[in-house]
Amino acid sequence: MAFVRRHRGILPLALLLPGLAWLIIFFALPLYYQGKISLETGSIFNGFHFNWHFRTYTDAWSAYHTQFLRSFWFAGLSTLLSLLIGYPLAYAIAFRGGKWRNALLLAVILPFFVTYLVRTLAWETILDDSSPLVSFLQTIHVISPHGRVLATTGSVVAGITYNFLPFMILPLYASLERIDDRLLEAGADLYGNRRSVFRKVTLPLSMPGVVAGVLLTFIPAAGDFVNATLLGSPNQTMIGNVIQSRYLELNDYPTAAALSFTLMAIILVMVAIWAKVAGTEALMGTEAKT
Amino acid sequence: MTAEAYPAPGGATRASSRPPGTSLATRVGRKVLHWSLPVYSALAITYLLFPIAIIIWFSFNNTHSRFNFVWQGWTLKHWKDPFQVPGLLNALKVSIEIAAISTVIATALGTMMALAMVRYEFRGRAPLNFFVFLPLSTPEIVLGAALLSLFLSLGVNTGFITIVIAHVMFNISFVVVTVRSRLIGFDRSLEEAAQDLGANAWQTFYRVTLPLIAPGVLAAGLLAFALSIDDFVITNFNAGSTVTYPLFIWGAARVSIPPEVNIVATMIFVFTVGIAILTVLQQRRAEKMAAVRPEQEAIA
Repeated sequence: MAFVRRHRGILPLALLLPGLAWLIIFFALPLYYQGKISLETGSIFNGFHFNWHFRTYTDAWSAYHTQFLRSFWFAGLSTLLSLLIGYPLAYAIAFRGGKWRNALLLAVILPFFVTYLVRTLAWETILDDSSPLVSFLQTIHVISPHGRVLATTGSVVAGITYNFLPFMILPLYASLERIDDRLLEAGADLYGNRRSVFRKVTLPLSMPGVVAGVLLTFIPAAGDFVNATLLGSPNQTMIGNVIQSRYLELNDYPTAAALSFTLMAIILVMVAIWAKVAGTEALMGTEAKT
Repeated sequence: MTAEAYPAPGGATRASSRPPGTSLATRVGRKVLHWSLPVYSALAITYLLFPIAIIIWFSFNNTHSRFNFVWQGWTLKHWKDPFQVPGLLNALKVSIEIAAISTVIATALGTMMALAMVRYEFRGRAPLNFFVFLPLSTPEIVLGAALLSLFLSLGVNTGFITIVIAHVMFNISFVVVTVRSRLIGFDRSLEEAAQDLGANAWQTFYRVTLPLIAPGVLAAGLLAFALSIDDFVITNFNAGSTVTYPLFIWGAARVSIPPEVNIVATMIFVFTVGIAILTVLQQRRAEKMAAVRPEQEAIA
């Protein structure tokens, strides 16, 4: 950047320090304590002792690998669905929105104006066994005559997709909207038909949005437990449910900490691979700096 | 070769080069293609808004059971006194207090960090960028569980203050990212002009820098407030016996969900949508004013 000055003064440090200290004490330090707790043994009644008990990790994995895999499966599926629903919508708003653009964007973020839990409860109402939608699905034989929608994989994935869809649409819109119309005109002159212009110009230029949208959808989806609790049955239990109940209901802190740590490690590895594939500039939103 | 040998650029030639009398099937096909995107988008918007309509609709439900899942007919009786449900009003108050306090702290700290990170070159700026980004790429449940580990290990009782601490923690990164994007397009020569005119560092910041980045800071603050008031997962870990609005709903979801929950949700929804629309209108008017001004000066 042209305007950055080399500054040896105390000012940058003074500006940084309070926020940085907050993040170190309440974000980084907690991770250290979580690591420490995950290697302890004991119980809430007899107290916990630190003794490098790595067995907790292997035990936790063998007990709950189903929930881990299910979480990533549900999260992946919801992310894919969000992309399929969100991309055409973001494209339509960016290129065909016209004077309705702002109104449509507002419609996309409107769900955020209702509390997350209330939104999910609304889906519980919509998919309830006695709801008109479910009886309609029964009539047209999409589900069996006494079949349910609630407490299935479908309802949980639908809920997760719904709740994180705006996180997919907004970055997609941001990157599509930034595309210079002249590039599309040039593309039309060079490639002719609409499909190849989309494939060779629009899609590559919107990749930063896809990269960001996938992360913003996948990460919260993988750690979610609200949808599985309210819309699912024990057959849809995700790793978030296990961590939550081990921590807060069963007070089995070492197992919960080990599971939480494993979840974070897996997601960090996935993000790192994704960043390697897609490029860090798109990821950190720093590409605008030139 | 002269320039006339090339076809003129632009859509006019392309449109006229299309054969006018194509078959019915092609025309229908083109129509379908033309309308498929708007129809698909309308369906997607419906999917996004349908649950909101359900929430508002069911706030008028004349329900007699403990759960509000089945439609029983219209009534206004719950709207007469939505806060008669014990605990609901208090939970809402607690949520607003926590959101207000944590927003002020997070916005101040985050804006300062963003200023330092964009303005100054120092060793370790790249790792710092990564460190600030890290909380955003960590699932909420891990953030909440880790923070509880800290409080458990240090023997801190969880409650109102620990919720505020947690909300500031996850909001700082959002504020930094939002304000930073605003600062990147910032014209430093305006500040230099102020200093040339004799302003000291503080005056320059207060009179020039702050007004220019204010929209970004305001946006960051609104985002922080919204995230704080809506947060359930992290709060659930660090709340102790304090009950926020989302925690109240979570508790109610297991025992009984009164229509009053829908009423409060509807009220918050209408209120925030009103603010959003007002902000947009205000912005549009400001843009119009800015567009008009140069002309007026030219006339004068």
